[in-house]
Amino acid sequence: MFLFTVGFVSLLYLSLTAQPTSTVVLLPDANGKAGMVELRTAGAQQTLATPFAAADVTNRGNIIARVADGQAVQQRYASTLEARPAMPVSFTLVFESGSAVELAPEFKTVLDQLLAAVARYPAPEVTVIGHTDRVGSVADNDQLSVQRAETVRDKLVQAGIAASMITIAGRGEREPAVPTADGVASAENRRVEINIR
Amino acid sequence: MDHIKSIALTVVLGLSCLHASASEEAGVVKVSKGEVLIERGQQQQAATVGSRIFSSDRVTTGADSAVGITLRDNTLLSAGPNSTIDLHKFSFDSTTHAGTIDATVKRGTLSVISGKIAKATPQAVKFSAPGMTLGVRGTSFIIDAGQ
Repeated sequence: MFLFTVGFVSLLYLSLTAQPTSTVVLLPDANGKAGMVELRTAGAQQTLATPFAAADVTNRGNIIARVADGQAVQQRYASTLEARPAMPVSFTLVFESGSAVELAPEFKTVLDQLLAAVARYPAPEVTVIGHTDRVGSVADNDQLSVQRAETVRDKLVQAGIAASMITIAGRGEREPAVPTADGVASAENRRVEINIR
Repeated sequence: MDHIKSIALTVVLGLSCLHASASEEAGVVKVSKGEVLIERGQQQQAATVGSRIFSSDRVTTGADSAVGITLRDNTLLSAGPNSTIDLHKFSFDSTTHAGTIDATVKRGTLSVISGKIAKATPQAVKFSAPGMTLGVRGTSFIIDAGQ
């Protein structure tokens, strides 16, 4: 009887300690690859870097690494995954050199696609992000990129998108579409990105 | 009288500054199903599509409920049923892409697709759950904090 009780208590103890307090599962992204997350507890750490790599954290701070079954993950977390907001989309418009006002002629085509996209998103937000090439100083380019974003914002408002839905940003020359040396004119980098989310 | 006015104005300005620094706008609710609440200090309100989420907010879901939130840096969050998510801190500079995300899954589940902050400064993105913290180098994962 004593042994039985001891056995039962240890089984109970094991089952309690084995229950994870938290679990992390890395998911494949849109192109099927996985990113990377680093898990830390008081006494252990674990990097997850492959699709469906998972880790259970026990209440003693141990980490048990495993590979989760993809289908089981989709089923178990279906209600969470179904509530994910739609992926944001981006459109790009290019500018004439050094200009904040002269938009390339394809603006009208992009505008139609953009209006259709705005209609698809719940509580849509439109972010207009100006970019420059590397001709001129960083400070001047910051200013120019904001002016470009303002130009496009005004055109979007004229096209019927509520101003309250739109925010603008200027990234200056920080995020070239095509990397160049400083001072190089680049039509592809003189652009405005319109992000819809 | 003018003196009193200026004191009143100072107090009002002081309070609005305090509010601004304590709660930067973090994102917008895009999906809301069932019972979803936003707790902001002592206040509580239902989260519907279009509701704004601020730094320091807590978001909770009831049974058979779920919520999807897009943050300003394009991070996509969704929480499943019976979840409590604390967004301790969010900041984002749309020019430099510097920022901070510090959130805790107190219970329930949270799925994350990381955004521009994780790309520019991954060390500034932290998600926690009971007994653990998670550093994020990118993209998509689920945190299950149990019940």
